[in-house]
Amino acid sequence: MSGAPLLSVEDVTVELPTPRGPLRAVDGVDLTLGAGQTLGIVGESGCGKTMLSRAILQLLPKKAKLSGRVMFDGQDLARIDREQLRKLRGRSLAVVFQDPMTSLNPVLTIGTQLIETLQEHLELDAATARTRSAELLAAVGIPAPEQRLAQYPHQLSGGMRQRVAIAIALSCEPKLLIADEPTTALDVTIQAQILDLLAREQRRRHMAMILITHDLGVVAGRTDEVAVMYAGRVVERAPTPALFKSMHMPYTEALLEAIPKLDTAPHTPLPAISGRPPDPTRPIKGCSFSPRCRYADGRCVKEKPALAAAEATAHQYACFHPIRIAAGVGA
Amino acid sequence: MKHEIAQMTAPDSLLKVENLVVEYTVGGKIVHAVSGVSLEIARAETLGLVGESGCGKSTLGRAILQLRRAVSGRVLFDGEDLSAMQGEALRRMRRRVQLIFQDPIASLNPRRRIGDIVAEPLVIAGYEDQAKRQQLVCEVLSAVGLDPALVLGRLPHEFSGGQCQRISIARALVLNPEFIVCDEPVSALDVSIRAQILNLLEEMKARFGLTLLFIAHDLAVVKAVSDRVAVMYLGRLCEVGPPEAMFARPAHPYTALLIEAIPVPDPEVRPAETVRVGEPPSPIAPPSGCRFRTRCPRADRRCSEEMPELRAVAPNQYVACHHPLT
Repeated sequence: MSGAPLLSVEDVTVELPTPRGPLRAVDGVDLTLGAGQTLGIVGESGCGKTMLSRAILQLLPKKAKLSGRVMFDGQDLARIDREQLRKLRGRSLAVVFQDPMTSLNPVLTIGTQLIETLQEHLELDAATARTRSAELLAAVGIPAPEQRLAQYPHQLSGGMRQRVAIAIALSCEPKLLIADEPTTALDVTIQAQILDLLAREQRRRHMAMILITHDLGVVAGRTDEVAVMYAGRVVERAPTPALFKSMHMPYTEALLEAIPKLDTAPHTPLPAISGRPPDPTRPIKGCSFSPRCRYADGRCVKEKPALAAAEATAHQYACFHPIRIAAGVGA
Repeated sequence: MKHEIAQMTAPDSLLKVENLVVEYTVGGKIVHAVSGVSLEIARAETLGLVGESGCGKSTLGRAILQLRRAVSGRVLFDGEDLSAMQGEALRRMRRRVQLIFQDPIASLNPRRRIGDIVAEPLVIAGYEDQAKRQQLVCEVLSAVGLDPALVLGRLPHEFSGGQCQRISIARALVLNPEFIVCDEPVSALDVSIRAQILNLLEEMKARFGLTLLFIAHDLAVVKAVSDRVAVMYLGRLCEVGPPEAMFARPAHPYTALLIEAIPVPDPEVRPAETVRVGEPPSPIAPPSGCRFRTRCPRADRRCSEEMPELRAVAPNQYVACHHPLT
């Protein structure tokens, strides 16, 4: 990777006001992503992965407090005006949500929504926009694209709707696509098709992609790098092959072990993670995973481990007692 | 067909479903949700039922419990025909069968206290002694890993999804039922919580001697808890068998497709590109013959003309396919 990265997230913190006090959804996250690279962000619900993506897109709820910096393509997204931001989103910064109905308008035809996007951002004439729309639908694997243009979202299946949402997201050749749990609402056979589609288009367009998911299996074969989040922080970050070869953070390992596997015999008790994630309105002084961690000791309760690499590798982790490594960071 | 089903008969079957057909109308059109399903579940067995959304698996579960009446076919529970039962007889029978839902939060009344929610089945069943009810509720809450003193007076919104599912399980267990339909009980839960609830269900099954119908779309989840698995596609069963043999050597092309589609947490394993085979057709107009044929790489003319029946391909493994993989 040379020069400045396409995206750099610097010490981003997001706080949401709640009746019980401020909820720190994202807590000092740093990330970088180069052009054409793919990053998987993995974590369970409430870990802050979606809020982080909203912070990047500058789509946070009105009352949310954002600190830190989001640099995208040489611009500080928090500092540019609304009009510039609006042009940027949809054009070079696109998003696909879990539920395609979040982004599709139920009272407009698929064609209108695609054509509108193309005319708005690329200033195409109506006929060209229409042809391009049909091409895009064909590219995302929608049969009979010409006829689909006249249909409304409710006339399509969930998988087809997600394909349409992807077609709209890809329509202006974005530099970065953020896919937030794009397949969680879909069946497993459809999930595989949508993930293949995203991977194919990402390679073909040399587009950077952030794939947000709760499933380690989804990011394994489809990303260059993975960041694991827990309680608002990135707790482990590594090139994908390195991470799966050797997980250092006990949470990442526990998360992987807790997934039922097809090659395990029936009725084998699953290695569950006891307890549950901490209450984000009551910050923990030490490591936020320590109440559930089998390796935790006195230090983990008192002191927050920083995210750092052990040696000259790209494999970072935030743990005083990393597994499969001789000595911990700063230990 | 009768002969083959007879072979599937377990020595001590608690539930027997015979040629069950469930249909309903949506906008004047008939949805063929369940189209002639026969299965048996032995006492103390867990039968896993897998399939994609819209395949009719939840409808089948509800029809077994008579929450939706079948168009034809029979449901025999402990030798008695539930489909012929009405009123008081059915209500009495319902104490022996229970249901656990997918969405643990939505399935609990948000305005009632946990103690009342878990006690409700006892009230309906006519337990009049309040002290006795309280005692049973406390016992069952402890059994599912909750501290009765801490939860009895609280409301559902004070609990996480995993805890709400524990409460739902407690409510299902309080009448000491014999049979529980678990309809996607862990699909809405996070990975770390999912394992806790699956382990709890296994524990409860052993402790209370339960028989389970475990409905899910995730093959690995189903395998973790099932003694036998039935794969359903568009209202019909494709394959029935022991999970280890079936997942090692699937006989039905659809079973193979479901296995291939599971994302593997290993970057060395390239995701299969072969799963790009479209979407299931609508159950309003299911294909003729084999319902999977429109997505099947092996389909030929026979598949469109003749409906395949379940037949044995290996000990205890049954497949409904003209061109099975094994």
